[in-house]
Amino acid sequence: MKHLLSIHDLSVEQALDILDTAAQLEGLTSGAVKKLPTLRGRTVVNLFFEDSTRTRLSFESAAKRLSADVTNFTAKGSSVSKGESLKDTAQTLQAMGADAIVIRHPASGAANRLAESGWVSSAIINAGDGTHEHPTQALLDAFTIRKHFGPTMRDFSSLKVAIVGDILHSRVARSNIALLQMLGAKVTVIAPPTLIPLGIEEWGAPFSYDFDSELEEFDVVMMLRVQLERMNESFFPNGREYSRGYGLDESRLARLKPGAIVMHPGPMNRGLEISAASADSIRSVVVEQVANGVLVRMAVLYQLLGGPDLNSTGGTQ
Amino acid sequence: MSLVLDSGEITRALKRISHEILERNHGVSSLVLMGIPTRGRFIAQRLSEMIAEIESPVPCGTLDITMHRDDHRLRAPRALMETVMPMGGIEGKDVVLVDDVLFSGRTIRAALDALGELGRPRSVQLAVLVDRGHRELPIRADFVGKNIPTSLKESVKVYLTEHDGRDLVEIETVEE
Repeated sequence: MKHLLSIHDLSVEQALDILDTAAQLEGLTSGAVKKLPTLRGRTVVNLFFEDSTRTRLSFESAAKRLSADVTNFTAKGSSVSKGESLKDTAQTLQAMGADAIVIRHPASGAANRLAESGWVSSAIINAGDGTHEHPTQALLDAFTIRKHFGPTMRDFSSLKVAIVGDILHSRVARSNIALLQMLGAKVTVIAPPTLIPLGIEEWGAPFSYDFDSELEEFDVVMMLRVQLERMNESFFPNGREYSRGYGLDESRLARLKPGAIVMHPGPMNRGLEISAASADSIRSVVVEQVANGVLVRMAVLYQLLGGPDLNSTGGTQ
Repeated sequence: MSLVLDSGEITRALKRISHEILERNHGVSSLVLMGIPTRGRFIAQRLSEMIAEIESPVPCGTLDITMHRDDHRLRAPRALMETVMPMGGIEGKDVVLVDDVLFSGRTIRAALDALGELGRPRSVQLAVLVDRGHRELPIRADFVGKNIPTSLKESVKVYLTEHDGRDLVEIETVEE
């Protein structure tokens, strides 16, 4: 595995490998010393063209816990605002010796472009590209689900998962649907008709406009953020109407089956797709998702950078 | 391919090591065994059972050293194995690291680093089933099942019932 661009690049075995590695890393970093020497001397660049709190901090601490050097780049305040292209920016990073580039970009396919263009020889990790994919989020969600329903589970077929909300703009939904279905889970997509993308039939997951009809059957309810910043037209009349149809409020929370968990990739619009009480309830694993994110990203960095140098020619052994 | 130790010999060697560990440490009071996966873990468990038969039970843990290896740049990333802290931890204890084969000494160097991250033992000792020589670091074993002089063209194979279905140590000549 050279890059991590999309869940579709992974085999079931590779995905489970990452989850297993993350589980072992949890044991290794829970002691007094949280740092491992494994990636000493490697450089990880966080290349963020879009705002982020969780993902950037998470990649940063993951790299640091493996002793890699981390350089953070945000488009704001850089030469990108002077019109520098992705190519020139990337080549600058390459010249500085980046072993891995973690990229978030508002354009779908930006990570693939960087990986396939030959501009850089670094390992590329997609940390969210437009409305395309966010593979490490899906991996950390699968890891979180596994912790609740069976830490060594290799087959998710006993689980019913609802992914609810702004599917149209959600890279998290795309990656999660792909990964969870690959692992065998039964995924149902729930959204208002305006937020269901064209051609969803091809994703292989049943979809519904009605949040209430099967609510009692789900083991996992994954709420998505309503991405107001990507909406340049109105997809629903107003927030209150959206909440009534597709928000996880107290009455819906109370109907979930025993043991069901509530997930949200963050940042949450409290009161819109999820009520404050649901977000803070004991069923909510939102904070756990963040902690697990560091472990999963450590596993990904280890898998990509733990081996021979990408730039060196003719390895030994 | 030649047989070096059969099942009876492995058991006798481990029994002797159990006695030696007890003798050196004057009993089990602060003793802890840490097996290095894959096979060192099973050897550590056997030693701990034997020591329990001779005197009294001794805590036994597992120490994965993958993240501390010094050859990450030479080979593909390896899968991580389990690290299990022994009952009562390792702080201030006399830790006996247990592995199947002692060769270059690099695994043990990594194990010392990995151990240092879990705590600060009072002392660290090393028990191995086979010492095949060819050290690349200043490391030696305190307890050895059998010293086997080997050439670098040979490889020592250890089979244990818990992992491989039979107890056996043999030497294989690797084709160049």
